[in-house]
Amino acid sequence: MNTLTSSLSRLAINTDLVRPVLVNFLREEIRKVGYQRAVVGLSGGIDSAVALALAVEALGAQNVRALIMPYRASSAASEADARAVAEQFGVEARKIEITPMVEPLLAANPDMSNVRRGNVMARMRMIVLYDQSEEFKALVVGTSNKTELLLGYGTLHGDMASALNPIGDLYKAQLRQLARALDIPRQIIDKPPTADLWVGQTDEAELGVTYELADQILFMLVDERCREEDVIAAGFDAAVVRALNTRIRNNQFKRSLPIIAKISGRTIGTDFLYMRDWGR
Amino acid sequence: MTLTTHEHTQALPMIQRGSMQSFKIALAQISPRLGDIEFNLKKHLDWIERAAREQADLVVFPELSLSGYFLRDLVPQVAIQAHASDPVFAQLLDASRAIDIALGFACEDERHNFTIAAAYLSQGELIHLHHKVYLPTYRLFDDARFFGAGTMLRAFDTRFGRMGFLICEDAWHLSSGVVLWQDGADILLHIASNPGYGVRADLTTLANTDDLHLINRAYAEMLTVWVVHVNRVGVEDGVTFFGGSSVTAPDGKVIANAPLLDEAIVHATLERSALRHARQTLPLVRDEKLDLVIAELQRIQNGIRNP
Repeated sequence: MNTLTSSLSRLAINTDLVRPVLVNFLREEIRKVGYQRAVVGLSGGIDSAVALALAVEALGAQNVRALIMPYRASSAASEADARAVAEQFGVEARKIEITPMVEPLLAANPDMSNVRRGNVMARMRMIVLYDQSEEFKALVVGTSNKTELLLGYGTLHGDMASALNPIGDLYKAQLRQLARALDIPRQIIDKPPTADLWVGQTDEAELGVTYELADQILFMLVDERCREEDVIAAGFDAAVVRALNTRIRNNQFKRSLPIIAKISGRTIGTDFLYMRDWGR
Repeated sequence: MTLTTHEHTQALPMIQRGSMQSFKIALAQISPRLGDIEFNLKKHLDWIERAAREQADLVVFPELSLSGYFLRDLVPQVAIQAHASDPVFAQLLDASRAIDIALGFACEDERHNFTIAAAYLSQGELIHLHHKVYLPTYRLFDDARFFGAGTMLRAFDTRFGRMGFLICEDAWHLSSGVVLWQDGADILLHIASNPGYGVRADLTTLANTDDLHLINRAYAEMLTVWVVHVNRVGVEDGVTFFGGSSVTAPDGKVIANAPLLDEAIVHATLERSALRHARQTLPLVRDEKLDLVIAELQRIQNGIRNP
């Protein structure tokens, strides 16, 4: 299985190169729109820990606010990990319980599925984050990684919402590398990733594939522009490769702004083409 | 040509410090503000003044230094005419009385064609205008959607020697440098908006920083010319331009290097003797067979191939 080993090694990054690029990205893209500060939702997981560490390096600890937003079913260990990260990087951590905000909606819909409940929680955290960003005069820093974004493993207008995202072009395996370089606590890097929406939930159980496997397949399909059959020929399970590829396609909508019905000769999104950094 | 060196003169106007024999070049590695000509013009004038104060003879800015790179529908709003009647261009022409200037901008001609252009200004005059010939339109690039392509590659004389412009993608086409070289260019002004990406563990620098070093060195050493590479810095919608501007001497050695990611002005002195030394050691200019190259290219163009 030489190919498999080598595809894992091709995912390896030089963190000494990545780090200054991401720090510079945060600093420039935040300051050029007239802001000095950032807010980050800290879950206790690796992604938000890395985003926080980068934001601190870019803006200084006093300019970063960490929001810890547990629901009553959230694990106490997650909160403890989030606090440990905030403390390590010298950042003010604000705990804002979402339970009293979420409960009325859940109570009105006792038959809500886990997916619906999870979406409500993710979107409530988004509301809190954006409210805090206004109060702190800060931008919301995103914490979705490339693996999640490609697979659509996130809530639209929920955890996927942000002003800018420093880690969205890094696969989970690459984030683990960067996390080590940033001295994120070991237990956060090593614990199984979870959205922490219900007890015992893990990303990998929900996705039906390990990150290690998903990352390698996605890296070949996306970064290396391989065809499905090339990835299968490299030794990966055909059903998994096809399922992941379908998932990428089916979740394109989550990575796009709403489409607009074209009526005029100049339509936003179609032929009204400007960068967001227009005039910045 | 005045060869006198004035050590203690004021920066303005009309100073002649450098000469064909030796002159000082300033690499202005700036971060333009996207679509804000007023802001960028002021930055140019400030940096030109600074370069002049620091005794440079020529200051070189990156591709689209006056406008920023990912212009899209902004092109008609930010394009200027390379003519004294254009109020923006006039100020740059004026500034060139103190120091020669090479810069990049979105250019509009009399028939309203828009191109990515590079201008060389000296002593209040436009010496040369180059329009980017190769417009990358793949992956993150969309040049040809918004710009027309240049149709010429020409070397030009300056008071510091004969030069040629390569704008970013132009440099990736090996023939561009060869044409300018055969047209007599001894100094290639390679101005760019090179985005940085590629962070594999086995690399010690960004993947395309590595590519650019290779390109600059290949041109310098194989054509025995100076390659002045000025790349911008800054971020546009998440795309980081990496900087790392440099001057590579005709023997392939890098004689000046700007930092990655940060704005910087970096100086290098180009001594004509380095060119002579390189060419007596490696007489590639002397031995180039232009007739053969033209004859063979003609044959290929005519579709005649040996079986």
